[in-house]
Amino acid sequence: MRAFTYERASSIEAAAKAAASNPEAKFIAGGTNLLDLMKLEIETPTHLIDINSLGLDKIEPTSEGGLRIGALVRNTDLAAHERVRRDYGLVSRALLAGASGQLRNKATTAGNLLQRTRCPYFYDTNQPCNKRQPGSGCSAIGGFSRQHAITGTSEACIATHASDMAVAMRALDAVIETVKADGSRRSVPIADFHRLPGDTPEIETVLERGEFISAVVLPPPIGGRQIYRKVRDRASYAFALVSIGAVIQLDGTGRISVGGVAHKPWRIEQADAELPQGARATASILLADAHTTEQNRFKVDLVERTLGAIIAEARG
Amino acid sequence: MQGSIQLEISRRVLLISSAATIAVNGVVTRDAAAQAAGSQMNNTEVSFVVNAESRKLNVDNRTTLLDALREHLHLTGTKKGCDHGQCGACTVMVDGRRINSCLTLVVMHEGDEITTIEGLGQPGNLHPMQAAFIKHDGFQCGYCTPGQICSSVAMLEEIKANIPSHVTENLTAETKTTPTEIRERMSGNICRCGAYSNIVDAIAEVAGTKA
Amino acid sequence: MSVLKDTAQKALQTAISFVPDRWLPGAEPDPMRTKHGLIGAPVSRVDGPLKVEGKARFAAEVPYENMAYAALACSTISRGRIAALETAKAEAAPGVLLVMTYRNAPRMAPPPVMNSAPKAAGASDLPVMQDADIHWNGEPVALVLAETQEQADYAKSLIRVTYDLEPAITSFDVAKTRAHPPENILGEPSSIEFGDAEAALNGAAHRVDLMYRTPRYNHNAIELHAATVAWEGDKLTIHDATQMVNSTAWTVAQVFGLKEEQVRVLSPYVGGGFGGKCLWNHQILAAAASKLAGRPVRIALSREEVFRIVGGRTTTEQRVAIGAKPDGTLAALIHTGVAAMTTHNSCPEQFTFPARHLYAADTLKVAQDVADMDMVANTFMRAPGESIGTFALECAVDELAETMQLDPIELRRRIEPEKDPTTGHAFSSRNLIEAYRRGAEKFGWDKRDPTPRARRKGEWLIGMGCATATYPYYRMPGGAARIRLTREGRAIVSTAVHEMGMGTSTVQQQHVAARLGMSFDAVTFEYGDSTLPAGSMAGGSSQTASISATIIAATEALTKELLKLAGNDSPLAGLKPDQVEARNGGLCKRDEPDRFESYASILGRSQRQEVTCEASGPLPLEAQKYSMHSYGAQFCEMRVNMVTGETRVSRFLGSFDTGRILNSMTATSQFKGGIIMGLGLALTEETNFDARFGRIMNPSLAEYHVPVHMDVPRIDVIWNDIPDPHSPLGAHGIGEIGITGVGAAVANAVYNATGKRVRELPITLDKLL
Ligand SMILES: Cc1cc2nc3c(=O)[nH]c(=O)nc-3n(C[C@H](O)[C@H](O)[C@H](O)COP(=O)(O)OP(=O)(O)OC[C@H]3O[C@@H](n4cnc5c(N)ncnc54)[C@H](O)[C@@H]3O)c2cc1C
Ligand code: SF4
Ligand code: FES
Ligand code: FES
Repeated sequence: MRAFTYERASSIEAAAKAAASNPEAKFIAGGTNLLDLMKLEIETPTHLIDINSLGLDKIEPTSEGGLRIGALVRNTDLAAHERVRRDYGLVSRALLAGASGQLRNKATTAGNLLQRTRCPYFYDTNQPCNKRQPGSGCSAIGGFSRQHAITGTSEACIATHASDMAVAMRALDAVIETVKADGSRRSVPIADFHRLPGDTPEIETVLERGEFISAVVLPPPIGGRQIYRKVRDRASYAFALVSIGAVIQLDGTGRISVGGVAHKPWRIEQADAELPQGARATASILLADAHTTEQNRFKVDLVERTLGAIIAEARG
Repeated sequence: MQGSIQLEISRRVLLISSAATIAVNGVVTRDAAAQAAGSQMNNTEVSFVVNAESRKLNVDNRTTLLDALREHLHLTGTKKGCDHGQCGACTVMVDGRRINSCLTLVVMHEGDEITTIEGLGQPGNLHPMQAAFIKHDGFQCGYCTPGQICSSVAMLEEIKANIPSHVTENLTAETKTTPTEIRERMSGNICRCGAYSNIVDAIAEVAGTKA
Repeated sequence: MSVLKDTAQKALQTAISFVPDRWLPGAEPDPMRTKHGLIGAPVSRVDGPLKVEGKARFAAEVPYENMAYAALACSTISRGRIAALETAKAEAAPGVLLVMTYRNAPRMAPPPVMNSAPKAAGASDLPVMQDADIHWNGEPVALVLAETQEQADYAKSLIRVTYDLEPAITSFDVAKTRAHPPENILGEPSSIEFGDAEAALNGAAHRVDLMYRTPRYNHNAIELHAATVAWEGDKLTIHDATQMVNSTAWTVAQVFGLKEEQVRVLSPYVGGGFGGKCLWNHQILAAAASKLAGRPVRIALSREEVFRIVGGRTTTEQRVAIGAKPDGTLAALIHTGVAAMTTHNSCPEQFTFPARHLYAADTLKVAQDVADMDMVANTFMRAPGESIGTFALECAVDELAETMQLDPIELRRRIEPEKDPTTGHAFSSRNLIEAYRRGAEKFGWDKRDPTPRARRKGEWLIGMGCATATYPYYRMPGGAARIRLTREGRAIVSTAVHEMGMGTSTVQQQHVAARLGMSFDAVTFEYGDSTLPAGSMAGGSSQTASISATIIAATEALTKELLKLAGNDSPLAGLKPDQVEARNGGLCKRDEPDRFESYASILGRSQRQEVTCEASGPLPLEAQKYSMHSYGAQFCEMRVNMVTGETRVSRFLGSFDTGRILNSMTATSQFKGGIIMGLGLALTEETNFDARFGRIMNPSLAEYHVPVHMDVPRIDVIWNDIPDPHSPLGAHGIGEIGITGVGAAVANAVYNATGKRVRELPITLDKLL
């Protein structure tokens, strides 16, 4: 790991400013992703800004009837929060399907959204990877790509976004609140937050340099059956091959968001509209632009099958 | 021959000595060396409580909590199996919560209360979970064991605090201690020797349920 | 196991035919084999308290004053030469003491490769950091020594290496086309044929002819490979995590041009081995760097480095073809195939071994080749050969049973041999069918519907499968044990063996206590130190038999010595060793228990504080004379999700025939551990070797999926407990048998659940959609 200086941030604004003024600075929240990557020198900040003691660990109701989740709320606490369990079960379910008890105790809401891909070539600094080293090439194409994306990919990158929580947030239309280095604030709908790889897979979100996530806001609850299904290689403590977060209403309408298939949580509103028509109709819109490799072709089928089971479960 | 005598002696000595008395001088050498070699800017002073004892370290910022425990405080009961949050061998409790000590920096623990395996029971007076692991043969090589034990102690508290898990059927009901709950919640602790079912038996006994 | 074969077999095979039966150890069975009491009892592990308190000290935890920390930089190509090596930046980095490369490393001889000499432990015989040549992707090219681990780790990233690439064979498919038979397979011929098996197959009434594939696997013991080393003058101490202290000491001595006695290897606790904790580059490099720097050195591999520097189980492609006659007996049994290996090691993965001994057939053909690849030397991993060999063989037997519309257990009854099919030797002890009978009963095999997809619960299809487990009995020659009996009534037994969680120290303490008629607590068992009387390595499930034989020899010597000391004033006066037995802390006449004198009394009267005896075990002739194997019947109940293809093992039972069980608690744990590793082998584990670069692409526990708690169901373990009359204590080693047959039991259960035969491991969900 590269040596770095360390500071405990005194305020959000100060943190944002400090980060913006030093291109080699990074915020550290739970550290479960950043330190993992720093040990491998995939991330090499020379300055760390510890944002753990800014009081951002609260979950509060919004005036519209939703919830404002502090950026530093731990995954465990978010999943266990009474109102989240009652009104946003999908969020609890997605979080609990991820990582391990120990990791969830540390991992934060903002850190989870910003975790980087688990592409094995991204993780090996000796292999070409456009995301890690722009312009070096993509080793996953033509290599081990079983866990990679099947839609929204580019010639430059076929990585997935690994977060479970983000899939649920996408289905619920969460909004990410940020503070920029100049102190200005903005709200970014999660749909616009993560980017597709295109020619610049190294740019993963719309955040600007130093921009700080202060909270994630869940709109007022929408009810419905909230089901999260994660399909993976072992029964626990594994990333998704495919995961689906669904909210399905009594009348069969609803929303679905898919993980493990793209560079961001994958949701297409027109596909939602097909839900009453069943899994095939929905999946065919969701994955209309599927680009698969021999190794990950099965995901196309898997999405449709899993979706079918969810619809059946919601009806049953 | 000498080695095995030493081994015998060290076993006995370890049994009666408290963790705190072991090799404190190592701390001085390492810190001095690190300071001499690295820039002061990349070091930070941090104070915290480990197993009810106050500790102060001046460390290279890169030092993880795990390495601070093992290399600086010589509390080697906490194990390293991957250093990347993938095995659970390094599980300790920070302010009562279990975390992977390999994926956190020690400088981030100013003022925290840390409990490691060495702080769970007293010599000759094992924590009930430690005793249950022996009784149910909840280990073979013993390497994942401190992590399994720390994890399970904190895990039972999580159930008591009504924190749900992936296998909890009803999110809004009271969480129960079932074998399936134990298995899911303990899945962050890998045991390559495969002591899993014995571990579940041990935990179930401590939890007062049948596995 | 291989060492046994080499030294014992070659020397003895000719002599053996002239050896009269009574010379064979065990010709008069060990009387202890039927004794109850301590032997067999579920005694808790002696090291249990230390382990649950975190006080058992492992190799990376030995403190030294002034210790330096090592980090390795590893090659990123598979074959070629180092063209340029820039180390200046690393050397100038904070805290760095030394950067060692082939340019400044001490001159060292290549480690003698395993099997080339009795104590050779080298995983390969490649020179270690002696020249610019690169042999595999991941080979260490530089070692950085620094004041702290953080400094060493960072500095290594500053090293820049450029390579001249040479063509490498990194594709198994390519390598396969040039496969060739190895010289031998652990001393056995690489192929055996009797009768015309292909012709018999073609003419058989029922037949299957199938191809199976198994991937690479890694041991992934949770303790990372590590060593703490220190020189004192020309004496080297290595605190290692190893399953072979003596062989490591000898081999490292060869590397540095030392005498064996100048190298001391200590390894009191090993955090899991499974065949992987042997001598690899890191111990040698640490010793070399320590020599250069004049400071003690700690080297602890990262998980990634364990994948890159320590080999695992190799990949195979296997053909099993079986022809059966209408009555269910076999006309032909064929098991052939190829395993990837390197040109500098000798681990051909003996997957055809089970077929050589398991079933009766009119004709037989086994033949296995190796395909040379440029990769890290593959090595022994829990039941090398047998684990994946039984996968292919036992899946094929299941398929045959189905084509014959026969219950698979019934088929195995019909093909049960009377004597060893290839050697013609009598079985020392074989109760496989009994294991099936008891296992089937306890598991509820009769509830299995042979029709696939017949049972379903919601989305889950449920199926059952079974398979045979088998693993050879091995006993190593050359070990010794020393017993020191003190007047205070303590026995201290010493032998340089290993405890990696098998329960060795506990079981042998039970053994010694029972054999000397002492209480368990009166015995101390010392091990894990190469300066103790030479022990055997922990491999091939051979430790228990090997140690037991040396302890028997040492106690016999002790009895002799005690009778001599007892003299004429003792109630034991005039008795021969075979007339006495040990009990209540002393000796008595076997058929006249009142003629007794305690050890304390004997020593007291002869004015001795203690008496010490050391003896070697007899050569393992029993395994030359008899066909000696362990057996088992594995039963699996699987649930397979119809929608997603996800698999869940819902129940598992292993029914074993492994001779006498010495500690029912630790034995159960070991069997379960083997079974669980078998579940990983069957369902989740696979080392991804990118054929484009010859590089392992999932060197982590996040991407290499070993089973976690949630993957493991209730596992039942039962055993016949029928002592083998020809082994010490009537026991067999049990470390490896547990994993054998599991792959097939799982695959057969998956078939019964889904109607899909998956012949390529692991059975991941995409193969079931
Ligand atoms: C073995 C393992 C298994 C895992 N399995 C899963 C899984 O199954 N599913 C899953 O979803 N996840 C999984 N994870 C990932 C885990 O969820 C993430 O590591 C975690 O959520 C990251 O949160 P953190 O607070 O620790 O982030 P950090 O590591 O602290 O930060 C991550 C990134 O976010 C930035 N950041 C953090 N907070 C802010 C902020 N407020 N504003 C701006 N930037 C910020 C940091 O600078 C950094 O770049 C796994 C991780 C591991 C190690
Ligand atoms: S898929 Fe993306 S992250 Fe992976 S190697 Fe290609 S560019 Fe890098
Ligand atoms: S060492 Fe921390 S999780 Fe493995
Ligand atoms: S006891 Fe060896 S890894 Fe768990």
